[in-house]
Amino acid sequence: MAYLDHAATTPMLDEALAAYVAAAREVGNPSSLHAAGRHARRLVEESRERIAAALGARPSEVIFTSGGTESDNLALKGIFWARRAGSLNRSRVVASAVEHHAVMDSADWLGAHEGAQLSWLPVDGTGRVDPAALAELIEAYGEEIAVISVQWANNEVGTVQPVAELARLAAQAGIPFHTDAVQALGQVPVDFATSGAAAMTVTGHKVGGPAGVGALLLGRDVNCTPLLHGGGQERDVRSGTLDTAGVAAFATAVEATVKSQAAYALRVGALRDELVDRVRAAVPDAILNGAPDDRLPGNAHFSFPGCEGDALLLLLDASGVCCSTGSACSAGVAQPSHVLLAMGADEDRARSSLRFTLGHTSTSADIDELLAALPGAVERARRATAWKTPR
Amino acid sequence: MSGGVDSAVAAARAHDAGHDVTGVHLALARNPQTYRTGARGCCTLEDSRDARRAADVIGIPFYVWDMADQFHANVVDDFVAEYAAGRTPNPCLRCNEKIKFEAVLDRAVALGFDAVVTGHHARLDGEGRLRRSVDEGKDQSYVLAVLTQGQLDRAVFPLGDSTKAQVREEAAARGLAVADKPDSHDICFIADGDTKGFLQRQLGDAPGDIVDGRTGERLGSHNGAYGYTIGQRKGLDLRVPAADGRPRYVLSITPVTNTVTVGPREDLEVGVVTASKVIWHGTSTPVECEVQLRAHGEVYPATVTVEDDTLTARLASPARGVAAGQAIVAYQRSDEGDVVLGSATITASAPLLTAHA
Repeated sequence: MAYLDHAATTPMLDEALAAYVAAAREVGNPSSLHAAGRHARRLVEESRERIAAALGARPSEVIFTSGGTESDNLALKGIFWARRAGSLNRSRVVASAVEHHAVMDSADWLGAHEGAQLSWLPVDGTGRVDPAALAELIEAYGEEIAVISVQWANNEVGTVQPVAELARLAAQAGIPFHTDAVQALGQVPVDFATSGAAAMTVTGHKVGGPAGVGALLLGRDVNCTPLLHGGGQERDVRSGTLDTAGVAAFATAVEATVKSQAAYALRVGALRDELVDRVRAAVPDAILNGAPDDRLPGNAHFSFPGCEGDALLLLLDASGVCCSTGSACSAGVAQPSHVLLAMGADEDRARSSLRFTLGHTSTSADIDELLAALPGAVERARRATAWKTPR
Repeated sequence: MSGGVDSAVAAARAHDAGHDVTGVHLALARNPQTYRTGARGCCTLEDSRDARRAADVIGIPFYVWDMADQFHANVVDDFVAEYAAGRTPNPCLRCNEKIKFEAVLDRAVALGFDAVVTGHHARLDGEGRLRRSVDEGKDQSYVLAVLTQGQLDRAVFPLGDSTKAQVREEAAARGLAVADKPDSHDICFIADGDTKGFLQRQLGDAPGDIVDGRTGERLGSHNGAYGYTIGQRKGLDLRVPAADGRPRYVLSITPVTNTVTVGPREDLEVGVVTASKVIWHGTSTPVECEVQLRAHGEVYPATVTVEDDTLTARLASPARGVAAGQAIVAYQRSDEGDVVLGSATITASAPLLTAHA
């Protein structure tokens, strides 16, 4: 099997798995006062410090959550509520048009249920946000903006956003800036302090940690209203008994991937370039989507004209190749990718796209397997497109 | 895989037989919430999850194919248009003809698959002929008879030799959670089962007259002829009683004048049925056989003649409530499951007395 869907989730690192198992054997709620609780607490706090050190944050800025979706919801809704509580006029949410659904749907929810006004930042043909567009919005709305959210890198096409520049514009206007760095962490250098962001989402299972644990890095001076109420375990911003084993494994994975990031980017980036070259040689009309240079090292995203991404996925899966159309599902029905549409692609091109993402376990053999199956799959998928035409 | 018990067991049997099987669930609703909700549907999110779970248990890949546009154009729009034209369509038949064994089959073949397997209760014999299921009560050959030989050659019906009860037992033994899921009966795209209300929303009010078939006398009015079915007795709401005091039935619907014609029961009796859009599997005619005139309806001995694209059936005994738009399916009786000789869409019917006119 060739696993080319590391952006969906990537295998756990051995050391993270070992850390998980070791911690999971121990009893102890980190909120308990007795010896077992203190032991768990120590493990959690050491993990928090390791994550903070690896990501350029203070330990108190690390809020553990259940993962990327919760962190994005907490950032968007929590900061929106806190900002609007300060001034009723601050009710505008600004986000890019290519955000992950965890951000996009949170913004839409605020629009539908909390009276938020929404502004979507456009992207260019490579999926990149133009900082000038944000500057214009800030110029137009200024104090009315409650929160701005732009991802560090796109989950579908891998384009890296000019986060530091966007964060600086937001900071100059005194507006909290959130960035979803789920896809970027471990792939490109990510540093919370130097990014200038007020809040940043990261998650465990994209960096070789377990699924179900992540964090929101939240600047100490950033007010955020909780989503989850209860024991107030995490700075009173997030409640719920902490997953000690998950947190320990998460910290191990973050530390390891940040440490090896530069070497990883070189090795996996070279593999990715090989994949791109070979796909283009095999399917000459394949279109590489996303930024040519400023993209995640493991990401290759193509449109295959005349194919349905769905059909390609089915055929490649049958040949033992795991990849993704990268688009959202409702009842399992693939919708044309909002990312591709925002980049100016028409619906056919958006529907014809397929994402291959490499990771720490990828080798040239995976690419061999893909290339053995791809030309035949493309040919069949093209024949199958005729069914679309109603008779 | 609809999410029901039949398609789950059919998939499992095909997989057991050694075929390389991929499960496909059809998304037929443009907005899944607009079609029937609950466990009985074929197009809900819950059904999609049930189908996916069954595929997991069987151990086969599973995909959802979006056929909403094709379904709407070929089945739903056709259903409404047929009613508007005074005919009574069968949407399940149309779905087999245009969706399952055309849109799905064409796509599957292009992708490299050999056949479409469904959970229909019907048999295909060694010569590729369609036959009734052993479970006569669940037999679905009537809604499959519209398939051409080319379509049948690419179809697999693994359930034809089993009764529904056996299928449920097998599902339970296989650990398929859908084993005791209720059967679906209603039209899947009419969420509340209210066909008349659905048509009214689609077609609007179209008031017209209800007239006596013998005298031509106007007996009442209606709000839309599509709300009436041939043979219907209840709900006519006629204020003028019949001269002989006997109940009256809907005899015909005439879209041009928007008239519903009613009369006594004996005027419903039909001896000759004419049909078009013929699918015929080669038996020379005239042929003595049996015909079925609606889904799960009774069969009538008849002499069937096929000429060009017209099928004519002379019934040995009169049938009642024959509606244009329904299929007439001709069967040759057999102990190994009645063989489908052919199928056509009913265009007209005439009483026995005028049969020779």
